[in-house]
Amino acid sequence: MIAYIFRRLMYGALILIGVNVFTFVLFFAVNTPDDMARLAIGGQRVSADAVEKWKADRGYDKPLFLNTEASGLNKYTDTIFYQRSVPLLKFDFGASDEGRDIGREIGVRMWPSLALAIPTFILGLLVSIAFSLSLVFFRSTRLDFWGVVLCVFMLSISGLFYIIAGQWLFSKILRLVPYSGFAWGWDTVKFLALPILVAIISRLGPEARFYRSLFLEEIGKDYVRTARARGLSERVVLFKHVLRNAMLPILTGTVSALPLLFMGSLIAESFFGIPGLGSYTIDAIGAQDFSVVRAMVFLGASLYILGLILADISYTLADPRVRFE
Amino acid sequence: MFLSRSGILKKTIALCTIVILAGCDQVTEWSRVSLTSPINSPYVAGAEKQNVLYTAFTQRSPKYLDPARSYSTDETPYTYNIYEPLYGYHYLKRPYELIPRTATHVAEPMFLDWQGNTLDAEAQPSEIVESVYDISLRPGILFQPHPSFARKEDGRYRYWPIDAQEFEGKFAIPDFAGTGTRELTAHDYVYALRRLASPRVASPIFSTLAQHIVGMEAYGKRLREIDTDLRKDMPAGARDLPWLDLRDMGFSGIEALDEHTLRIRVKGLYPQFKYWLAMTFVAPIPWEADRFYSQPGMAQRNLSLNYWPVGTGPYMLTDSLQNRRHVLSRNPNFRGEPYPCEGEPGDQAAGLLLDCGKMTPFIDRIVFNIEKESIPLQGKFMQGYYDIPQVDRGDTGVAMLVAASDSTEKAALYAKHAIQLPTTVEAQMQYFGFNWRDPVVGQGDTPEQQVRNRKLRQALSIAFNWEEFVAIFQNDQAQVAYGPIPPGILGYVSGEAGFNRVVYDVKDGKPQRKSLEEARRLLAEAGYPNGRDEKTGAPLVLHFDSASGGGGSSPTLDWMRRQFANIGVQLDVRSTDYNRFQEKMARGVAQMYMWGWVADYPDAENFLFLLYGPNAKAGKGGENASNYVNPAYDALFEKMRDLPDGDEKAHVIAEMIKVLQEDAPWMFGAFPKSGGAFQQWVGNAKPTQMVRNTLQYMKIDPELRAKKIAEWNPPIWWPLGALIALIAAVVWPAWRVLRRQERLNAFGEHVQHDRALSEHSSEKRQ
Repeated sequence: MIAYIFRRLMYGALILIGVNVFTFVLFFAVNTPDDMARLAIGGQRVSADAVEKWKADRGYDKPLFLNTEASGLNKYTDTIFYQRSVPLLKFDFGASDEGRDIGREIGVRMWPSLALAIPTFILGLLVSIAFSLSLVFFRSTRLDFWGVVLCVFMLSISGLFYIIAGQWLFSKILRLVPYSGFAWGWDTVKFLALPILVAIISRLGPEARFYRSLFLEEIGKDYVRTARARGLSERVVLFKHVLRNAMLPILTGTVSALPLLFMGSLIAESFFGIPGLGSYTIDAIGAQDFSVVRAMVFLGASLYILGLILADISYTLADPRVRFE
Repeated sequence: MFLSRSGILKKTIALCTIVILAGCDQVTEWSRVSLTSPINSPYVAGAEKQNVLYTAFTQRSPKYLDPARSYSTDETPYTYNIYEPLYGYHYLKRPYELIPRTATHVAEPMFLDWQGNTLDAEAQPSEIVESVYDISLRPGILFQPHPSFARKEDGRYRYWPIDAQEFEGKFAIPDFAGTGTRELTAHDYVYALRRLASPRVASPIFSTLAQHIVGMEAYGKRLREIDTDLRKDMPAGARDLPWLDLRDMGFSGIEALDEHTLRIRVKGLYPQFKYWLAMTFVAPIPWEADRFYSQPGMAQRNLSLNYWPVGTGPYMLTDSLQNRRHVLSRNPNFRGEPYPCEGEPGDQAAGLLLDCGKMTPFIDRIVFNIEKESIPLQGKFMQGYYDIPQVDRGDTGVAMLVAASDSTEKAALYAKHAIQLPTTVEAQMQYFGFNWRDPVVGQGDTPEQQVRNRKLRQALSIAFNWEEFVAIFQNDQAQVAYGPIPPGILGYVSGEAGFNRVVYDVKDGKPQRKSLEEARRLLAEAGYPNGRDEKTGAPLVLHFDSASGGGGSSPTLDWMRRQFANIGVQLDVRSTDYNRFQEKMARGVAQMYMWGWVADYPDAENFLFLLYGPNAKAGKGGENASNYVNPAYDALFEKMRDLPDGDEKAHVIAEMIKVLQEDAPWMFGAFPKSGGAFQQWVGNAKPTQMVRNTLQYMKIDPELRAKKIAEWNPPIWWPLGALIALIAAVVWPAWRVLRRQERLNAFGEHVQHDRALSEHSSEKRQ
């Protein structure tokens, strides 16, 4: 298994290099350093001199990939691509184009993201599984039918709608929670209650429907019939046998998503004013801050690769039959 | 042991009860809090009772708080309240009046000739080689408390050089326990002006000021060489750079004559220079702060003038969480400035003079919270949690007025909340420009072509109905422009004399847009009868470069197409993003465009220079986006630029406007209104886009705020109970049905079931 993980990590490194190149090419295909400078300096009277100074101060005055004016190896190393990529591969994120330390920002902002993401993840998973198991428990009844209809209805609606409707109902009409904001301590509950509720509801439809299908597939198998023939109650059948055997596909989705919890939610954080990594990424995209965008994409890719490896490992724990070769 | 279904149900109900009770505990806890604040308050309990003003910023934190770099409106609530330029604007008087801030008075320049002899104030502009401004500073002004001034007992600086142990755990300026201060001197202004030329700062205003201040351009080049030398062994993008000490590297244009007298030497005659001294580009920078922030590791912890400014103004930054919250607190070292006793007519009646002579600032703290989306921002404002939606914006009040005019419900709500929505026409404009380099709508190559092109521009100016544009797209919250000078600035002529006679007829003393027939006639004379080229018969297609994106299908663009179509001209919209748009404008390849300008200072020169030939954008990088060149206009501009305010200047401006109206390089568009939105408990609020230190003059009534917030925000709990009851109403019958089904045997008979026995047997089977 160690050899397998090592091999996967090596693949991951190659993928990260590819992601880095791809991000770089994509970003500079639509933006020139001059665009970035103009947007960063902003305001009126953006002089050519100020643009040049801005670029020189951040090393954007160099060629992108090939410095024809340099000699030897410097042709490749004295370029924006090289000087921006090599530190990144060492997870040295450097400074944003605004001059703020990206590593520190990530360190500060990951906690609000996690404060939102972890309860959402755990409660969302529990609620989705509980709801889908209930539907399976009540299968072929009207409750099951209308439950599935509700799921389809819920998954047809944009997540943005839930946010706006949630704010309208709970913040404006009922006045039970603030519209937006964030604070630590007891106030965290007040600020996160609505975002968590909205996130759970918005993912309930697709997840419950998916899990229901998994459980129904399991419930038709021979071992379930055997369990029933032994006189086990329906709850024992569902919770002990069906749930455990249906965990493998659930694990694929959930464990691989675990590391990505750090990355935060792009939309929810913006709407609810949560100062996490999701809103950090959105801000950077809006400001065309290449350093932050590249760092966040790189971090996201790294975490995703890590998540997939963790999912693979979790298979062996969930199903002893799975072995890595 | 496994439980039966009813057992599970009971346990679930018990669990829910515990959760609900726990929730009730929480509710009780919150209820205790609600004794002071409603449950939906986004602040700590009792916050609304403090003398703190709450407002918001959208999208992102201010990018630059370094006064040498800051040039964006959203940064001004911080920079203009933390820093003090030499001058400022009177808070209430209109037209805007320049007043001293740290200076003792607004200094008049001394004029010198080639030999350095002093000239009279009435000297001819051609004789004046240099204008010398000797500006006296008020003594006794202190900088805010800041660690860069802190000293040890032996007199050495406490945090310079900073040792690793001292630096540990310090990520924000409030983390430094020791602070100090010192008196503001002229040297701080000298340092700040030198800093504008620093390549490390990249000040947007350097190029402009370098054209006017003696020796500044050469100084900039010198600093660049020194900086390059300092950086030569350092990697690109290195953050810990050695301090560029500007104290001993100066230039002749700026000097401190003594501790309280600053001398600035300006090339030739430049009467508008005084207005630059009211902007934060000319805010003092203490060298200690620059040195403090240049220490290794500071940049990595975001400790710099860009994030933690050091000023002498009424407020100082005491909390700064990027893209989350910024807090300005009263500067304990601020000397206090009396609230003005004079204003424009109507200010007395509006209660704006009630605090005459009282010392400002009135508010203890100003909290800026991020609100990226408009729904939470508007929602919190209506709940009373924001006193002003956005301090820096002039469009929030206008938007609310528009909303109120569209919806009686909203109008009633705003009236019920007694929201103040004052508006004013500001020194800014929106215009539609023609590129002078374009062969069709531009100047034209031959005299005949020039006449035809001019007639085409005039025809288009008539056809484009700005009154309709303002009514539809700006809900009448703008004033249609007849020239480039907005109201309140010398050169603006109201009434009949100010109408643009090329585009309007005068009827009963009012302007009436000329008819479309007149536009068609001009179009025919331009060589395009019925919108077709008289030689080739090809339809006239004009290209409009839009920076709005969205594929060119917005209602505004559709409306514009119809305006041109009214006289048979086809409009092709080239939609792009703002970066591409700027690039096109810089290259001078756009045919027609729409843009705006917000005045740097309240002088006609700041608008008329937008059409000054040598200031062309294409090739010269100026702000004349139309690349308009007319020697007669340029000569008048050069004359006007040097004139002091008065009748002669007004006369020259009138001549210039006449030239522009005839040439029509712009459709003059509109002057948008600026409007603020203020809660009823905010006092001394007056909308302005020119006076930027407004927070110093505002006040709030915290008691009224707390009362109204409590009144507007009673929580409604019963729907939650109803929701739980609804869920129970769905689940319970289903549960009953299922139970009944389970008790039926294959023949549909009800079977008595011994639950205990069943559970026991099932356990045993396992």
